[in-house]
Amino acid sequence: MKTKIFLFAPLISIPLLYSCEALAPQEPEEYELLDGPVENLNQAESIRFIEGDKAFNDQIFTIETGLGPIFTGTSCVSCHAGDGKGHPFVSFTRFGQDLPGINNFLDQGAPQLQNRAIPGYKPEILPSGAPHAEFLAPIVTGLGFLDAVSDEDLLAMADPDDLDGDGISGRVHWNDRPDYVKDRPGTISKNGKYITRFGKKANVYDLLHQTADAYNQDIGINSYYEPYDTYSGDKVQPEIDRKTINDVVFYLKTLKAPIPRNQDNPEVVAGKALFENTQCTACHKPTLRTSYSPITAISYQEFHPYTDMLLHDMGPELDDGYTEGYALSSEWRTAPLWGIGLSKDSQGGEYYLMHDGRARSIEEAILLHGGEAENAKNKYQNLSQQEKSQLIKFIESL
Amino acid sequence: MMKIYTSNYFKIGLYLLIFFYMETALAQEEKSGIEQSVQESQLNMDAVFSRPSLSFEKVPVALGGYLEANTMHRIEEGITDGLSFQARRLTIFLAASISERIKFLTEIEFEDGGKEIAIEFAALDVAFHPMFNFRGGIVMNPIGAFNENHDGPKWEFVERPDVAVNMLAATQSNAGFGVYGKTYSGNWIFGYEAYLTNGFNSKIISNEEDKTYLPAYKDGDNLFEENFSGKAMFSGKLAIKNRKIGELGLSYMGGAYNKFEEDGLSVEDKARVNVFAIDWNTSIQATNTYIVGEAAFVKVETPESYTPQYGNKQHGFFIDVVQAVYKNKIFEWEDATFNLAARFDYVDWNVGKFKETDTNIGDQLLAVTPGISFRPTPKTVFRINYRYQWQKDIINNPAERAATWYMGFSSYF
Repeated sequence: MKTKIFLFAPLISIPLLYSCEALAPQEPEEYELLDGPVENLNQAESIRFIEGDKAFNDQIFTIETGLGPIFTGTSCVSCHAGDGKGHPFVSFTRFGQDLPGINNFLDQGAPQLQNRAIPGYKPEILPSGAPHAEFLAPIVTGLGFLDAVSDEDLLAMADPDDLDGDGISGRVHWNDRPDYVKDRPGTISKNGKYITRFGKKANVYDLLHQTADAYNQDIGINSYYEPYDTYSGDKVQPEIDRKTINDVVFYLKTLKAPIPRNQDNPEVVAGKALFENTQCTACHKPTLRTSYSPITAISYQEFHPYTDMLLHDMGPELDDGYTEGYALSSEWRTAPLWGIGLSKDSQGGEYYLMHDGRARSIEEAILLHGGEAENAKNKYQNLSQQEKSQLIKFIESL
Repeated sequence: MMKIYTSNYFKIGLYLLIFFYMETALAQEEKSGIEQSVQESQLNMDAVFSRPSLSFEKVPVALGGYLEANTMHRIEEGITDGLSFQARRLTIFLAASISERIKFLTEIEFEDGGKEIAIEFAALDVAFHPMFNFRGGIVMNPIGAFNENHDGPKWEFVERPDVAVNMLAATQSNAGFGVYGKTYSGNWIFGYEAYLTNGFNSKIISNEEDKTYLPAYKDGDNLFEENFSGKAMFSGKLAIKNRKIGELGLSYMGGAYNKFEEDGLSVEDKARVNVFAIDWNTSIQATNTYIVGEAAFVKVETPESYTPQYGNKQHGFFIDVVQAVYKNKIFEWEDATFNLAARFDYVDWNVGKFKETDTNIGDQLLAVTPGISFRPTPKTVFRINYRYQWQKDIINNPAERAATWYMGFSSYF
């Protein structure tokens, strides 16, 4: 009898084991995560997304694989954990330029300070008297949608001379771009300048420009696109192949847009109305539309980033005396607000908001607004405590 | 998503430990094969020579080894790659008595289906006196207990302890020489080991784990041919055991890990790694409970201007509690034993705070593994484990959770 029991025990243990999957951690809801692809990628696009995902999230650069010798981070994911915003331990010091179009410190390592070095090397030190600002890495989800907005649409939102008299005078950034980027469909140029749209100062033309520059400036990885070593200044052999860079660009283009949460919550609904009433939507445009994209899933889509991608004067509080391209030091690109409620999950459970993480709460970030946003900030300050709470809950729901 | 914060790890581990111990204390009084081995006169340092083996009449050679295989089903945050079958390792021992006081033993391990073949041990031992024996060749560095006593059939868990294999570098062996000895007095046994060997290399702070990771040194070239730093690494251990209580070991390993001079030129500042470990095992005879564990502390000098991804302090521990619950004749096996077991793993690969925010650096792992094992004989173990782990990234974002089922066996042959 005992023998039969012991024969029976292993047989029942197998189904028992697999019926216990309920004990395993359940998959988080899609709206709880920033990462993941846009819907409706075809199979070939999904394969490419996975390739880019591996390069972005799994590829760690070491001394042997080309890290540095001076750098700020060791991988893409070290600055964009979970595809979210960066943590202050990997902030970027940008320096050398206080006036549009002129950086006087290019021969001293500008525009980015590589503040770390592999053993045996010395990191860069900020030159005395150099204008500078600290930047935190932005959230990277939904970038493909922002990339696919036409120049024409950006120009339509701009009002550089404030002709409508609402106190908001956003402008596109007419800027130089590297030779290796290609025109996006419908690109518009003026006097040899192009509209650049990514980065805190809207200084970057497209995601290839951003990716190649980040590999070079952040990790010290030279490529076909950015072949100059940040330490020696010499043109050197690529340390990463073009396919990998282009896979990462594809990955960034096809990351889903953050999914809003709790949209039926009465507090959130009330907060959304207040967001409009306080004129926040004048810059944080709720809805944009993509134009044609070779990626069908992104083409001609309406989406909700809460940005206009234009430069705005944000007043003296946020003027660090440093700028890029042809922006003024007081001008900043409107930060997309989508995904802000999930940013704590990529910043170690804390908020580090605004370009350098100086705001430790959403309210603190609102109160740092000035310049063109002064009126909106004042309207926020005049709200009751309950209304302020509702407005913040709405922002956190994005 | 579930959040486990650093300060809670120890508390949770402690509560689970107390709970498990209270439960197991009520179990029946029977002796497991493992417990019996504790009562023998051997220390962990003897494990390399205290393995079952086949010997042949009039031939001074003994042959042995063990095989480990298992199924694994892992689910990480709801995502699974399905069921895998793993033949983790096949290890072969070959021992030879060359003369009365000279013996040789080697341990060759085939891992990952033969993709990795490692000589884990290959040493010549010369016995001058019980307190003074010479050992040279490829020796196991005596750091902690698991590194020297790692044979699969001795453990109730498919996975090896995280602190031993993912913070320390078990199984860690290097080319070198040293001495060891042992003495007895009543129930007390005292042993020591001291070796000079090749050391670590700079891969411990430049690797694809993106963390200070001692096991990464194994990816270096010519490990048994060349000492990367050019400076010998010292490793040593003191162990004391009372046959009625258990064993306690204190060990240290340290030396330079980087190539700070090349062609007579200084190319880097000299940097050291220091590792301290404490290990223990005991059996509570009243409840027939066996407890084994190890804690380790690592200090690695890293350049001030290097990335904080690579921490300069690490610590971690594991503790196994094994409770024999049934021992009797089953089929034709006399004294076949069923055990309940639980393991607690904790590793912090980067102890400290970010200077930018004064907040704790993450990079921690906590795991709890309950299990059931069946030993038809002490040489063979069938085991079912369920491991649940929480792992945090360097920034201390919400822990990634993973659950893994294992079913497998490990057996000497």
